[in-house]
Amino acid sequence: MGDASREIMRRARQQVPEWSPSQVRESLAERKGAGPGDQDIVLVDVREKIEWNEGHIPGAIHVPRGYLELQIEEAVPDKNKTVVLYCAGGVRSLMAGATLQQMGYKNVISMAGGFGQWKNSGYNFVVPRTLSDAQSRRYSRHLLIPEVGEAGQFKLLDSKVLLIGAGGLGSPAAYYLAAAGVGTLGIIDADIVDDSNLQRQILHNTERIGQYKAESARETIQALNPDVNVVTYIERLDENNVARIIADYDVILDGTDNFPTRYLLNDASIIANKPVVHGSVFRFEGQLTVFKPYEGPCYRCLHPEPPPPELAPSCAEAGVLGVLPGIIGMLQATETIKLLLGIGEPLVGRLMTYDALAGEFNELRLYRDPHCPACGENAHPENLPTYAEVCAIPARS
Amino acid sequence: MATVRLAPVLRAAAGGSKQVSAQGSTLAEVLSDLFQRYPALKEQIQPDHDLSRFVNVYVNDQDVRYLQGLNTAVGANDTVILLPAMAGGERS
Repeated sequence: MGDASREIMRRARQQVPEWSPSQVRESLAERKGAGPGDQDIVLVDVREKIEWNEGHIPGAIHVPRGYLELQIEEAVPDKNKTVVLYCAGGVRSLMAGATLQQMGYKNVISMAGGFGQWKNSGYNFVVPRTLSDAQSRRYSRHLLIPEVGEAGQFKLLDSKVLLIGAGGLGSPAAYYLAAAGVGTLGIIDADIVDDSNLQRQILHNTERIGQYKAESARETIQALNPDVNVVTYIERLDENNVARIIADYDVILDGTDNFPTRYLLNDASIIANKPVVHGSVFRFEGQLTVFKPYEGPCYRCLHPEPPPPELAPSCAEAGVLGVLPGIIGMLQATETIKLLLGIGEPLVGRLMTYDALAGEFNELRLYRDPHCPACGENAHPENLPTYAEVCAIPARS
Repeated sequence: MATVRLAPVLRAAAGGSKQVSAQGSTLAEVLSDLFQRYPALKEQIQPDHDLSRFVNVYVNDQDVRYLQGLNTAVGANDTVILLPAMAGGERS
């Protein structure tokens, strides 16, 4: 320290009273009962952002010393309040204190020993949640959007989405949800990758032929985004496992390929109050909607009964333009993200239809059926038929 | 003449057409006219007196179950959509 700075320090020490960390702690505790609005003591952390991110005193506000004069009057408008300043060691806070006195603050205190001594005394501190440098770069395009931002990205990282099926719809959806940083993706699929899948199921590739789809999905997802935890369920959804499996998830993405599973999922999601993002495709056309229990219609409101087999061919029988489930699956991912972030208008009560050949999107209004056996007045979703016999599902192996 | 749009699975029964015209001032009349032109459609959509439970019918994008059902009025420039459920996938 040079002569001039020593002089500055000497003056500051004369002018600005100091409290020890234990005195600060006592004063904060005494005023706690009065409620946040009545606090006449304000704790201000004057360190740099990187120091603040490593831990700070609970209840403190952050006004770095570099912006002190510019920000303090907005942060603490009442100059009669007791303002307790702290830094890392107790030096910067003294100098900041002298500045505040010059600006007209009447009761300025500096905490002797700073945050270092606070921590060494074993007192409480909080570490704010931050994205790592790698995450800040990876999600930078999300952070720039006001509707997402850091808070939204944390929401996505904390979210859990279950994908029923890692096939035509599940593949693109899982890919984009992983890219977006959805922290946990559950994938339930008992099937094995087949070459005929590769015309549309882009999570998989030629080398994965013969592998379980759920595991192939995990490999692809992990390579794209190691932040994502992939939970695989190599089984079929049935009445014995559905409640247990869906319980952990926030949103369910329906990429199933048969009616009984859709009815089963519908009923279980109503009982567990989980939104289901529904998509289906056939040749050149696709449909998409969001079933939000009790807020909008459920699957049974829309389709009380399945069609006879001759009116509901599978893709294996009738074919599908490969890119079409890609479009619908990505729209499902979009609706899922909207639900997770709580932004925009999810397709609740609206059926979006897409005709690829015509290049047309249309929308149909859907209503909750007051007599729906699953979500209506005298509903009993626990024991409704799933039509497994009617749809002639092959016997489970 | 109202416009009737058919979901893909129904088009074979209407000679492959995606969209056809039909006459009538109520849904019942429009369907009756439709079935006269395309008898195979009747089997699928309304074999008995009531509409099949698995086909959804929309008049101007609204589900007729919440309008007046078969008595729903259909104007000359209205569109009727017939939409059964789809499941897609490897197996049905």
